[in-house]
Amino acid sequence: MTSFAFSLADQPLRALPSGALYWPEQNLLCVADLHLGKSARLARRGGSLLPPYEVAETLTRLDADIAATAPKTVVCLGDSFDDMHSAAALDASHRQWLLRLMAGRDWIWIAGNHDPAPLDLGGSDRAELRLGPLCFRHIAEPGAAGEISGHYHPKARLASRARPCFVLGRNRLILPAYGTYTGGLWCNDPTIATLIDAPALAILTGAKAIAFPLTGATA
Amino acid sequence: MLPAPLLHWFDSRGWSLHPHQEAMLSAAGQPATLLIAPTGGGKTLAGFLPTLAELGAKPGPGLHTLYISPLKALAADIRRNLSTPIEGAGLAIRVEDRTGDTTYTQRRRQRADPPHILLTTPESLALLLSYEDAPRIFAGLQRVIVDEIHALAESKRGDQLMLQLARLQTLAPGLRRVGLSATVEDPPALAQFLAPTGCDILTADPGPEPDIQMLHTAEPPPWAGGGAHYALPAILKQVEAHRTTLIFHNTRAQAELFFHALWLQNSNNLPIGIHHGSLSREQRERVEAAMVAGSLRAIVCTGSLDLGIDWGDVDLVIQVGAPKNVKRLVQRIGRANHRYNAPSKALLVPANRFEVVECVAALEAVQAHALDGEARGPGPLDVLCQHLLATAAAGPFDADQLFTEVRTAGPYATLSRADFDACLDFTATGGYALRAYDKWQRLMLRGGKWGLRDPRSAAVIRQNLGTIIDTETLKVRMKNRMGGTPLGEVEESFAATLTTGDTFLIGGQIVRYEGIRDLTVEVSRSPGKTPKVAVFNGTKFATSTLLADRVLRLFQQTDWPNLPAHTAHWLALQRQHSQLPEPGRLLVETFPHEGREYLVLYGFAGRNAQQTLGLLVTKRMEDEGLAPLGFVATDYATMIWGLDPVLTPHSLLRPDNLRDGLETWLGGNAVMKRTFRNAATIAGLIERQNQGRRKSGRQATFSSDILYDTLRRFDPDHLLLHITRTEAMRGMVDFGRIEEMLTRINDSIDLRALPRVSPLAFPLMLERGRVPVDGKAVERLLEEEAAKLMAEIGLADPA
Repeated sequence: MTSFAFSLADQPLRALPSGALYWPEQNLLCVADLHLGKSARLARRGGSLLPPYEVAETLTRLDADIAATAPKTVVCLGDSFDDMHSAAALDASHRQWLLRLMAGRDWIWIAGNHDPAPLDLGGSDRAELRLGPLCFRHIAEPGAAGEISGHYHPKARLASRARPCFVLGRNRLILPAYGTYTGGLWCNDPTIATLIDAPALAILTGAKAIAFPLTGATA
Repeated sequence: MLPAPLLHWFDSRGWSLHPHQEAMLSAAGQPATLLIAPTGGGKTLAGFLPTLAELGAKPGPGLHTLYISPLKALAADIRRNLSTPIEGAGLAIRVEDRTGDTTYTQRRRQRADPPHILLTTPESLALLLSYEDAPRIFAGLQRVIVDEIHALAESKRGDQLMLQLARLQTLAPGLRRVGLSATVEDPPALAQFLAPTGCDILTADPGPEPDIQMLHTAEPPPWAGGGAHYALPAILKQVEAHRTTLIFHNTRAQAELFFHALWLQNSNNLPIGIHHGSLSREQRERVEAAMVAGSLRAIVCTGSLDLGIDWGDVDLVIQVGAPKNVKRLVQRIGRANHRYNAPSKALLVPANRFEVVECVAALEAVQAHALDGEARGPGPLDVLCQHLLATAAAGPFDADQLFTEVRTAGPYATLSRADFDACLDFTATGGYALRAYDKWQRLMLRGGKWGLRDPRSAAVIRQNLGTIIDTETLKVRMKNRMGGTPLGEVEESFAATLTTGDTFLIGGQIVRYEGIRDLTVEVSRSPGKTPKVAVFNGTKFATSTLLADRVLRLFQQTDWPNLPAHTAHWLALQRQHSQLPEPGRLLVETFPHEGREYLVLYGFAGRNAQQTLGLLVTKRMEDEGLAPLGFVATDYATMIWGLDPVLTPHSLLRPDNLRDGLETWLGGNAVMKRTFRNAATIAGLIERQNQGRRKSGRQATFSSDILYDTLRRFDPDHLLLHITRTEAMRGMVDFGRIEEMLTRINDSIDLRALPRVSPLAFPLMLERGRVPVDGKAVERLLEEEAAKLMAEIGLADPA
């Protein structure tokens, strides 16, 4: 088993090594912060001309996770696109690819700070999603319970290797950014650390999801 | 002819010109001249004499001479030195410097009304040339002086500077070039670098032989380590016996530790200062001022004082730690005794016993006048990409004309049109196989000329000029209500390892880490005596292959009367417990140490080749399931560590099929990623991190490794990957040489399976610059580490 099994609000969940979350009971796959169209957005604004391959790379991994889990529902936890224009300007072949992945599933786009408005791609657009005892939203809210969010792109260091990671507290889970062109925030940064109540675990992504207690992390 | 007031002033001081200074005056009309003179030979004045002669007593307006030095401090120093004769003779010549430290107002004024002589650095010149008014500023430029050109020619800064000279020559066709150099091994190559169409070479009298010896101490140097603290009493005695002593160290961290230890033993309170590149500007300026005033008896320093800064009356140079390169040693020795006819006096202080051997080898090389140096390849393309962007920032250019101009720069004399066009395509469109940015190109062809699509991008281009890639650093300040005294900076990766209460050395004092606020490390004074060492980004020098060969030859002696007894004893111990490496054979040692299995290969092939060997052997270990974790390469050996012992190294060292799968393995290596990051930053793909951007949120920026991996996967023929491969190969030596070495030794492998680390391997354990290996062992290690931490808090691994 390469994923890490745990439970939040008594719901058994699995952190996949890719950075996606799987909820077996609901057959639901959740990914955060895809930031599709980031390179095109930077170029448009006169910045660096980054390799224009992050959409294909991100969709390849998402495709593989969907193929492996065959989910009934897919939740994209916000910042799926780097801005609203990126969604509209999606390359035709990438749009086809995304529509193929969406076909036959409940696909939920949670609004993020980069893509706050509804998307013109089908599926349903929500500010947040409540399902049983769990709540899916883009940015964690203080005091929430059973909450699954993204936004902060957490990363952690173990044995002097840094990787994107899930951060799990008693009441909430923060997902790593799934998109290719995304940086990270150390999970012991006060912004994240103050949100997470002990005992906190970091779950590293990579070839295998590896969990370790955050008190032992040097970030 | 020099202006009469200046001649008169020289006479009044009893000065007369050296023959090479006269020669420079006679050669004033030549389009290009390279002057090779020892430090202290009045080299810089020689460079300026033609300028002073041409400007005369009543110079007209406009920029006449541009002086470029590799160091900001050197520019400021030359301004002081040049002012003395100019003011003394009452000449109306305006001299100003312009560096990163010059204020905004002054820089603006300099553009509007340039001085007669402008002293600057390659980076500041790049910035000046990127402004729209560059043609006006430089239109009347007559002369350009490149000081310490031997140092600039060793790096991309020199390549960039030569492109800038080509630009200047177009703006000012009458421009004449002067290069000033310390003694080098290949003067014609340097002349070719400065001016490929023809350059006179003038060589000054090298002066008397230097007086250079090893420092004799009562106590022997330790087995390993870089501190040389054993020699402190002897060094203090030398400082007392001389007027001013420069104490050179190879790294900043060593300089800090040494300075701290020196003060603890400095019972006579001799005034001794410290100077290195990680200290705050205020701190450095204070030491520089004290030095000029002659109020310091010694300065503990690093390469930041390497180049010919003239700070008072230095009569002794002490080199702590083995000189890694004979040429640099000779140049450092030249700092002592600035009087032309007196021999330079220098002492070598080896820090450990391995370095004793290196010091003896270096002394013999100096006596034999054997200088080392490696030829550099053609001008790198990432620097050309940056030059194209900077040129576009100044105004639209014609591609054909610019190509012709670029080929007049020494390092780019053989540049192909195809490579030039690839660089142009990269800067304009990104150069991707997927033509994604036709609408959002960075440069657009309008009316036959290439210019910026969006003029606002000029600001971003200017912010990213330069070829020096800094590691990310954080400022260090004393914590107090008033904001605190700035002390210097440390690498961000070092700061990340600190927890409150940790102590480290900076600016010669021990400080206690309090926390990080606003990207500044806050510290308090600490009364402690044993600090945690600060890991500064001090330059790590590679020993030249010339020295490595000499060291190997020394090892072959049956006994060592030319070495101090302690070192001879250490080598005898190695012979007793293992054996000494022999030419034509390969000594291989294996031993366990602190839970890791070590493998040491004594190839004596120089650091680059040993690094390549490390990559090759770890690849084979990975294939054989031997779980390598990392390696470190020195000039003499490669040390590899992993989770499993290597019992039969022979299969790892087979010369056949060396290249199988190598491309993939190399591609994923940290060395390649680091090389890519530097090339991508210089070429303008990645923007430099500035403090403001970092503050506004690190999530927005992501690792260049991601770009590298993406390009390898989707666009393996991209220009930047070509640049990365070329550069990495240059830095790691071609495989041909390794294949040849492995074929030559064939079965001549001496395997020593030892119970513990050998005397010779011991210093390697402390070597920095470790290269991690990203194989299966990493996952194993991460899992083990995680399981350990989980167990500590009472959580079992659910798997």
